[in-house]
Amino acid sequence: MTEQTQQASPEHVEYVLRMGDNALILGQRVSEWCGHAPVLEEDMALANMALDLIGQARMLLTHAGRLEGRGRDEDGLAFQRNEPHFRNLTLCELPNDDFARTMVRNYLFSAFMVLLWERLLQSRDAELAAIAGKSIKEARYHVRHAGEWVLRLGDGTAESHARTQRALDYLWPYTAEIFADTPADAVAEDARVGPAWSTLEQDWMAMVVPVLEAATLSLPARTPFRSHGKVGRHSEHMGHLLAEMQYMQRVYPGANW
Amino acid sequence: MERKEWPLWEVFVRSRNGLDHKHCGSVHAPDAKLALQVARDVYTRRQEGVSLWVVKAEHIVASDPDAKPELFDPAEDKIYRHPTFYKLPDEVNHM
Amino acid sequence: MYTQALDIPQQQPEGNTPPAAENPVYQAEFDAKIDAGGFIEPKDWMPESYRKTLIRQISQHAHSEIVGMLPEGNWITRAPTLKRKAILLAKVQDEGGHGLYLYAAAETLGVSRDELTEALLSGKAKYSSIFNYPTLSWADVGVIGWLVDGAAIMNQIPLCKCSYGPYARAMVRVCKEESFHQRQGYDALLQLMSGTQEQRDMVQDAVNRWWWPSIMMFGPHDKDSVHSGQSARWGIKRISNDDLRQKFVDATVKQAEVLGVTLPDPELKWNEARGHYDFGAIEWDDFWNVVNGHGDCNVDRLAARNKAWNDGAWVREAAMAHAEKHAA
Ligand SMILES: [Fe+2]
Ligand SMILES: [Fe+2]
Repeated sequence: MTEQTQQASPEHVEYVLRMGDNALILGQRVSEWCGHAPVLEEDMALANMALDLIGQARMLLTHAGRLEGRGRDEDGLAFQRNEPHFRNLTLCELPNDDFARTMVRNYLFSAFMVLLWERLLQSRDAELAAIAGKSIKEARYHVRHAGEWVLRLGDGTAESHARTQRALDYLWPYTAEIFADTPADAVAEDARVGPAWSTLEQDWMAMVVPVLEAATLSLPARTPFRSHGKVGRHSEHMGHLLAEMQYMQRVYPGANW
Repeated sequence: MERKEWPLWEVFVRSRNGLDHKHCGSVHAPDAKLALQVARDVYTRRQEGVSLWVVKAEHIVASDPDAKPELFDPAEDKIYRHPTFYKLPDEVNHM
Repeated sequence: MYTQALDIPQQQPEGNTPPAAENPVYQAEFDAKIDAGGFIEPKDWMPESYRKTLIRQISQHAHSEIVGMLPEGNWITRAPTLKRKAILLAKVQDEGGHGLYLYAAAETLGVSRDELTEALLSGKAKYSSIFNYPTLSWADVGVIGWLVDGAAIMNQIPLCKCSYGPYARAMVRVCKEESFHQRQGYDALLQLMSGTQEQRDMVQDAVNRWWWPSIMMFGPHDKDSVHSGQSARWGIKRISNDDLRQKFVDATVKQAEVLGVTLPDPELKWNEARGHYDFGAIEWDDFWNVVNGHGDCNVDRLAARNKAWNDGAWVREAAMAHAEKHAA
């Protein structure tokens, strides 16, 4: 722990913060399903996933706050920053829309996280490695859960196929951002904190493409579109998500809950 | 489209190794794989299990409650099947 | 209590006349089992009135759990800290689980979950009217845990020993899970009461709004409620509305004191002779208005359930279609 109360490099902080923000923002989105899922059983499953993500966010943000050394805890980071200071992928903040988009996103994101957590088990950042040890099990279940659903929805009825293809077409361009490195990636890789995310792209493609094909979905072509949530340039949706999520802390500054 | 309810599955959980699987409830699921998944999501949220079985409810063959007398009552007088039936001298009674 | 409140004359259509097909020999066996404190299991013979009463009670209970996800669910995305968000999400998820266990118990009596769902969505089936009140501030989440879950636990513990095996077992699981619900609510309120004046006002306002609905949850006074001795004998309603309500009031007064909130009833005071707290007259018109569909949220709650069900139809169909395609 002494190591972590020292100030880490800003890139190291950013690398961890990015992961914490991904978990937090996607957890917030998935939690919106609670009470509204297509069937009671999936209500339970989605709440489990949201709980896993919120749990990961708490560990990662706490860790990022310590690395940063400015006295911000998980709640300080979650509730007191504005859009440009959030480092999550734009992919995570997009509205849920329907069950197809929710499941395709969960699948694409969790598949990436399984690969990332696997590598982070060996992180020089001991705390991050410990978080990886716990989170990889959760991510493996998320990818399995969402993967089974992508298969069923893609290869279900004409309507479910159309919705799932539409979801994939919508989300796919946002996945390019996952593998577009920022300066934080190079520093983290050099310091053996974690891999540059671009290095995981091939493995990710090898993992998701066969599943999308088995789901009878066609893979959209890559386009010049790029999202930039990782560097703080978010979609219009982000401000609304934060307005809702941060409402209490903003209206009652300094109060304890 | 014709509306069809997801079939019912009975869920059995082994709470830890060394114990039998025990019936703990049911779920609705379209197929076996999802039945296992939802059983996990519904019935093991508090570390209740280390192993799960799901069985389609329609595949369970149950004994007829009306046949309870002929099925289960005949065992009633076979008291010699129980160790307490045998009175042994105190010195060897731990047998 | 989720079912207690609904034990009212309008909802007892089947009356007490046993159907012609009842069999006196089986009936005698059934009665003997019940009187010996034994359990009835799904395939055992049971009188039609027992089956129907149970289906009604268990499904109302299940519907209440499911609709009950909505008022607190209203605060999941706005919970003030990540810890509270996780606790609330886990709690609301538990309620979904309770609904699921209870639907499964009802299904052993020969109804399908879809039939029960249709009855809820069409407005035919009842659910506890407490969930037709709005959650207007964060303190409402704490107060629901404290008062509503507190009242629920009181009613549900005796049901763990009810005569119908699947219902009793579902209730054992439910009660085990419920044990953290009231505590987390009270804990959230303690935190608020040790905070700013604004936070304390928030709690008092929530208590003012939830107190009377909470004690109405136990249902009409015994003298006004048609509850068959039958339900008591079957062990599916072991304590009367008024007795439970009294027990709840007695337990809650002390908790309110520790918290530092005022229960909004000037007539609430200890009665040495009775050994209980006396409390003021309940405004039953309010209760009946909400039961009859005119509460703040009746329409919105049913609309939310209908929307979730209708929006999910294509998902349920797709999964079945996939299963059938790949069955061979
Ligand atoms: Fe409950
Ligand atoms: Fe509860």
